[in-house]
Parts: sequence; structure tokens; C-alpha cells
Amino acid sequence: MIIVERSGPLAVIEDLGRPGYADLGVSPSGAADRGSLRAANRLVGNPEDAAAIEILLGGLSITAQESAWIAVAGAPTDLLINDRADASHHPVYLRAGDRMEVLAPRTGLRSYLAVRGGIDVPAVLGSRSADLLAGLGPAPLRPGDRLPVGRSTLPQPGIDVLPLPAAEEPLRVTLLPGPRTDWFTEAALNSLGSQLWRVGSDLDRTGVRLDGEPLERRITDELPSEGLIRGAVQVPPSGLPIIFGSNHPVTGGYPVVGVVPDADCDRVAQLRPGDGLRFSWAAR
Amino acid sequence: MAHDQVRTRRLLPYGESARLLECQDLDDSQRMAHWLSVQRRPEIAGIVPGARTLLLRLTAPLPAELARTMITIQPEPVPAQAAAVVTIDVRYDGADLAEVADGLRLSTEQLITHHTGQQWVVAFCGFAPGFGYLAPTGPALRVPRRSTPRTRVPAGSVAIADHWSAVYPTASPGGWQLIGSTDVQLFDVTADPPALLSPGTRVQFRRLPS
Repeated sequence: MIIVERSGPLAVIEDLGRPGYADLGVSPSGAADRGSLRAANRLVGNPEDAAAIEILLGGLSITAQESAWIAVAGAPTDLLINDRADASHHPVYLRAGDRMEVLAPRTGLRSYLAVRGGIDVPAVLGSRSADLLAGLGPAPLRPGDRLPVGRSTLPQPGIDVLPLPAAEEPLRVTLLPGPRTDWFTEAALNSLGSQLWRVGSDLDRTGVRLDGEPLERRITDELPSEGLIRGAVQVPPSGLPIIFGSNHPVTGGYPVVGVVPDADCDRVAQLRPGDGLRFSWAAR
Repeated sequence: MAHDQVRTRRLLPYGESARLLECQDLDDSQRMAHWLSVQRRPEIAGIVPGARTLLLRLTAPLPAELARTMITIQPEPVPAQAAAVVTIDVRYDGADLAEVADGLRLSTEQLITHHTGQQWVVAFCGFAPGFGYLAPTGPALRVPRRSTPRTRVPAGSVAIADHWSAVYPTASPGGWQLIGSTDVQLFDVTADPPALLSPGTRVQFRRLPS
């Protein structure tokens, strides 16, 4: 059992999500940065899809009721274990009663705390992920929460330390054609791929809004609602794009101009408000 | 406008592992969804219907012959036994019933008859788990959304907006016009399937004394 002492700005339990129910209106949700969830799990010898804690900008503090191997990956950060400094990106052994705090990351937004055995809260529709849009799955963590830990069956890995993710400013992400690329003017498509975008202040697990020069549409019809995926770049009437994250709505009524590939979605999930981003079209 | 009149289907790009099949209309997309579900192609991991589209989640690139067939095939209508029919008992006591009827120059009785006098079909789901966008199979009305959405619409509210109808599965903010309420549970994570309504389901609303 892990006891939550402080939860920071937002700490949620996430695994790789609940795909397969989008046709019933259920968002896949799951870790915003999947590669980092997988990395944290690998460090403690978990299956890559085990549930872990997604921590927004640090501030999480826990006590281990029994001894446990833990690891933090994703946004690189420092740990305090009973006030002794330690670091993310390597496995850490906690003895029963040890208290650990995850500090605010130096760069990036979301760190992942995996516990050997996985966080063993009840699965909802096959996943332990919090879906904050629909209120499915475990609620965001609060002080006093007691989190059960599963039993590990895989061998403890021989990994000592993982390389830290490189910070890139501005972040360059690939853009693949979307279903409604042709709803935008040629000038807008060029502008999308050349201007320096700034991450807006109201980002969340649903998506990242970008500030910049609005994109002009060639076709101004209303779009009947159609399916969305993680990485879809949707342009609402403001002309300012939204990159959808893992907790995206399943359908939407604004045109999707392009799609960010999976690997780049992980990096987008680490952007902070004010960070720069440039798209480069893969093909058009 | 010309580009809105989709005469054939189109298979549109959607990143590295999805395609969007744009169909001629809702009926065509429902026929295609049924046809694709019968094919059980291993490349297609999931289908997410929209108002006239099918989002295809892919595990491998679509073979060229399948892509061609999806554009050209004229699929049979969805067989009646393949579509579930759900009856939903409604108390027509919604806060917006009289005002919506007024705006349409109908009596509330006529508006209720419009709602109960035909089957509705789930076009697609969205907004919330179990929230189905129900398209009329008979006459359609155009109902504007509320200019100011409500911050809280109770679970089980029966609503209309544009030509759609829907039932709110859980309490949520909402901008649709409320015409009634039901006790039917639309979404239950412990049920299999968890949603009462899924794309293609037909719905018959039945009037309860209010």
C-alpha cells in the first residue's frame, strides 16, 4: 500500500488507456506521455502497461507502507527520500515507512511514478486510467488516499539508469496530412508549418491549445461531427489549433488539419504554457 | 454547396495509423459500418462512426484492393435483425418543451408526437460515454440550441437540438433543449456492453403520463 501525503497540482493514475470503446463515446485516455510511462515501468520490472501515477509539475509526496521498488521517469526531476536527495530515471528502493517527495521537474510537465507490481486500483472497462473528461476510472489523487500495489511476476531488471529526455526549444514535431487539410487555404497550411507557435495557458490532458497567427479556412461549412484521435490537430472557429492528447473527446465538429504522429505526441505532452513549437509537414 | 454534396465515398488520410472513410450520408455510413463489421478485416482494429464518416483505426496499412472496394461497393441495407431496437419511456415534462414547440409553431402535443411517432437511429456517440446522437428516420425538425448552455443538465434528460435527439447519460453541462426525462440507465461500466445505445441502435420513445 502507498499512502498519498500530498498530491501537488494534479496527480492521476494512468496506464495505457481503454481503447476500443470510442464508438460508445468513451475516450481512450491513458498516460499523456506513453513512452515515459513505459520507461518508468521498465525501470521497476513491470509490464509496460502497468498503472502508474502521472504527476503534473511535481508536488506529490507518498509514504510506502511496505518496502517497494519505485522509479520516476518522464519530466526529469529530483526526489526527496526522508529528506535525502535522489533523482528520477533510476530505480529507488523504499523501506517500509519511507516518505518520498517528487519535486517540480526542471523541464517538461509530467513525471511518471511507477511502483514494482503496479498501482492495483480496480480496472474500469479494462483500464485503471483516470478519464477526467467523463469522470471514469480513479479520481485524481488526494491526501490520505491509500493505493494498493500489485504483485510483480517479472524479474527485477538490470537497468541502472535511463538517459534523460532532451529538452528542445522550440519543440519540432512532424505533421501528417489530416482528413480536412484541404479545408484550409494554401497560405494557412504554409503558415501552420512555418510559424513559431506558443503553447497556451489552458492546456490539460484533453489537449494543448496553441497561440499564434490564426489559420484561415477555404471551406467554411459546418463540419458534421467525425472521429478524433490522439495527435489530431483540430482548428476551431478561432483559427488557433488544438493538439489533442490522450483524454480527447471521441468525436468533434471542427476540421482536423493534420495529425501529429504518436512518438511526437509524447513530447507534446511535456510542453509547458509559453513553450515554443514548430510543425513540419511530412508530406502534403 | 457543391463540396457538401458527397457523391461518392472518399478515403481520407488521418495520420500514421488511421483513415477516415467519408460516406455519402448517414444511411450509407451505417451500411458501410455493417459491411466492414461482417468482413472482419485484421487490418481494422476499430471503427468510430461520425455523422457521415467512419474513422478506421488500423493495425496495418489498408490493402489497395480493400481501399478500392470501400469506395465502390454498394452495400445492402443493414438487415433488420442486425439493428437492436430499444424502447425508452419518457415523461414529456422538460423545461424547454413549451418554448421549443412555440418556436416551431407547433403545439406541445404535436412536438411530442414528432418525438414518439417515429424510430430514431443512433448515428454516432460522443460528448459523454453512452451519449448517442439520434437521427430521425422520419420527418426532421430544426431546433436551435440554447443560446446559453445550462451548467447542469440532470441525468436522464431527453433533449433535442438541430435535427438530433439524445438522452443525457449522466449529469453534465449541456446546451440542448430539454423536452422530457427518463429513468432508463444509458451507461453502466459493469454491464456488457456498457452503453445501452451504440451506433446503429434504433430507439422508440414511448410517452409516460407526466
